[in-house]
Amino acid sequence: MNGIITNAETTTMQFHVLAVDDSVIDRKLIERLLKTSSYQVTVVDSGVKALEYLGLVDDEIANTNTDSNPISTIKNHHEVEVNLIITDYCMPGINGYDLLRKIKESTTLKNIPVVIMSSENIPSRINNCLEQGAEEFFLKPVKQSDVNKLKPHLMRGKGKENQPNFVVNKRKPMAECLSPDRIRTKYNYI
Amino acid sequence: MHSHILLSLSIHIAAYKISLLISFSLRSLTIINCVLRYYFRGRTNSNMQRQLATMKQSLFDQGYLDEQFVQLEELQDEVNPNFVEEVVTLYYRDSVRLVQNLEQALEKNPLDFSKLDSYMHQFKGSSSSIGAKKVKIECTQFREYCRTGNGEGCKRTFQQLKKEYATLKKKLEVYFQFARQVGPVEKARRPK
Repeated sequence: MNGIITNAETTTMQFHVLAVDDSVIDRKLIERLLKTSSYQVTVVDSGVKALEYLGLVDDEIANTNTDSNPISTIKNHHEVEVNLIITDYCMPGINGYDLLRKIKESTTLKNIPVVIMSSENIPSRINNCLEQGAEEFFLKPVKQSDVNKLKPHLMRGKGKENQPNFVVNKRKPMAECLSPDRIRTKYNYI
Repeated sequence: MHSHILLSLSIHIAAYKISLLISFSLRSLTIINCVLRYYFRGRTNSNMQRQLATMKQSLFDQGYLDEQFVQLEELQDEVNPNFVEEVVTLYYRDSVRLVQNLEQALEKNPLDFSKLDSYMHQFKGSSSSIGAKKVKIECTQFREYCRTGNGEGCKRTFQQLKKEYATLKKKLEVYFQFARQVGPVEKARRPK
């Protein structure tokens, strides 16, 4: 799964979407929908795997490491660039809402737009997600018209991502720092 | 003696001319054959396409499929020509374990309605994703019986659900088999 976008690839303005869903059929569907819109897609089957992919390892998991070296707690220090996360709400383990919350609480990931999908039309659920920072809430089954709504969020996401973020967190010094390579003026190509 | 040589020469030349004529005719016949076959395949294919469309329409009219199936078809292209069939195959393969789980759970005494509802929530989701309208209706009914704690209702509905599930599977198998015949025939016969 190639999550690394080199400078050469940014000229085609390809967006990378991370999709999270525990249903194998819905994973196939969302992947196809996103690929139809020419997005680069990575699909995972759980919230835990999504967090691992994003390089955000749960503190509980990190603290069980006997090695006290902070670098060893970072699983994905390579340049994983994700422009949008679309996740199912009902999942075993970490559900979509929890995943959303963890992303918004992370200094490195909070600017990534998050979209929630759910088969159930529950207004309080929808409101909670939107209040927690979700950009959109799609009712399943997700359609092409829903995926078409992602474009403005993706464009905005790319713009924000280019703001330098040198906040150094004492707990995870390496993970929070953006290396100079990540700062690229991609929006020159718009 | 002179005439003997002339005669054999004439025969050779004649034989050569005849062989040229035959090979030319054969080549023309092959070309004519190809043209005719393409023409007639085109004609039969459009009949088959019409039959396929009728088959599909009847599945919609009888309520087996809903709009989601159309959405899936719109995701098919030259690169992914069998997307719908792939999704449906995946659905029938993946839902086997859910059906088994539900069957086992329905045999327990007392019934765990929360667990039954959870399984059915997943089953309904997948069924909805492929546009399985009648199956989805049974799923909704089942969940309603879970909500009201109606065990008999759950069991009855589950039997009905399995029937709809199996019926749809057979109908779609026929549909996809026919669709596969219609699709490739059109592409393979295109002349260079």
